[in-house]
Amino acid sequence: MSTLKGRNLISITDFSKDEYIQVLDIAEDFEKNPKQPILSDKVVATLFFEPSTRTRLSFESAANQLGARVIGFSDPGATSVQKGESLHDTITMVSSYSDLIVMRNPKEGSSRYASEVASVPVINAGDGANQHPTQCMLDLYSIRKTQGKLENLNIACVGDLKYGRTVHSLVQAMCNFNATFHLVSPEELKLPSSVKMSVKNAGLKYYQYTDLKDVIATADIIYMTRVQRERFADPLEYERVKDSCILSADMLAGCKPNMRVLHPLPRVNEITVDVDKTPYAYYFQQAQNGVYVRQALMAAILGAR
Amino acid sequence: MDSKKELVVPRIENGTVIDHIPTNVVYQIAHILGLEKYNDEVLIGNYLTSQKFIRKGIIKVKNKFFSKEDLSKIALVAPMASIIIIKNYEVVEKHEAEIPDHIDNFVKCMNPRCVTNHEIIPTKFDVIDKENLKLRCHYCEKFVTKDTIRFCE
Repeated sequence: MSTLKGRNLISITDFSKDEYIQVLDIAEDFEKNPKQPILSDKVVATLFFEPSTRTRLSFESAANQLGARVIGFSDPGATSVQKGESLHDTITMVSSYSDLIVMRNPKEGSSRYASEVASVPVINAGDGANQHPTQCMLDLYSIRKTQGKLENLNIACVGDLKYGRTVHSLVQAMCNFNATFHLVSPEELKLPSSVKMSVKNAGLKYYQYTDLKDVIATADIIYMTRVQRERFADPLEYERVKDSCILSADMLAGCKPNMRVLHPLPRVNEITVDVDKTPYAYYFQQAQNGVYVRQALMAAILGAR
Repeated sequence: MDSKKELVVPRIENGTVIDHIPTNVVYQIAHILGLEKYNDEVLIGNYLTSQKFIRKGIIKVKNKFFSKEDLSKIALVAPMASIIIIKNYEVVEKHEAEIPDHIDNFVKCMNPRCVTNHEIIPTKFDVIDKENLKLRCHYCEKFVTKDTIRFCE
């Protein structure tokens, strides 16, 4: 039986390195055989207090493929939350209707709080700009699947490294695996010092760049994120730097054969569509891997694996 | 207690003396301890000469023995302050204010998107760095530092 039975997953630091590996191994098994009705006696509640397409459908698909019943909402406007019900009361009530709660809520820290209130385990499906640990797990899964290992890789993170929570979690998680980080961003959107401190504390190295071209030959993984215009105080500055973090197929000429491009999606224009047809594009499979990873998490937490 | 100090801020028979307070936080400490509403003698001295510092503040509160939580608040604002317990004009206990490892329900999270600022939830912080005063919100995981610390009303 997994050590994850009955556990919450709120922040990427809630699990140990061995527990990440445990989840990835279980997910690998679900990839080979996704339809296993091992949760047919369970009810999973998906509480989405803000819109989400990919994450909600991925969780619901995962639960359905395991045979679980899914209850919940994707629009709090149609629930008692609209009437002013507290998060405490909503979670207490839903705990009594379900075996597992999956929650997305724009209030940062809301999932941690929900896990303290709920009588059933809680999986954080995103709490504002704070944490989105299942995205990180699926990123790890995708890295291991494409590289055959997690250790000793060159990870290039590109784009909005300041506000992008997926990058923060990925960097923190990859600190367990002796990664070298290549951080490409405009000056305004550099990785926060607290995350860089995690790298230093792990005794690992990071290098900072402003031009994506400088890391293509070195990287095993290029993890792309979107640079948003609204992050810039000066619109002219945005115009000046916006192209420095766009990846196109012609730029991939000198890359390593094992290199793969990841992106948490949705993409806008930071990866041009001509990259999609190259063997290096992996972002759509990455999203698909999210289903296997969420199956693994739900099965392990509910004690079925 | 030395007699010169007695002349500046009189002795108390029973109560607590908070000594060696940096001059810029004396009134803040009085405020966070709620001394404006305390119905007994409160003696406040500031910009007093000090051997330990060049200038210091001191607060003497008659017949008041502060809770552990109140002492933690003092430590967060003035970690070098001394807490002195007086009984029958004698010092019965003296120690520096001590920053605890965890702080529950009196520091406010300064992240406007933190759930503690939207629901009725007691705040919780882990102390990450006592020397430079860095706290991490248990919920939103954002940091509060010496410069941004605020207390719950």
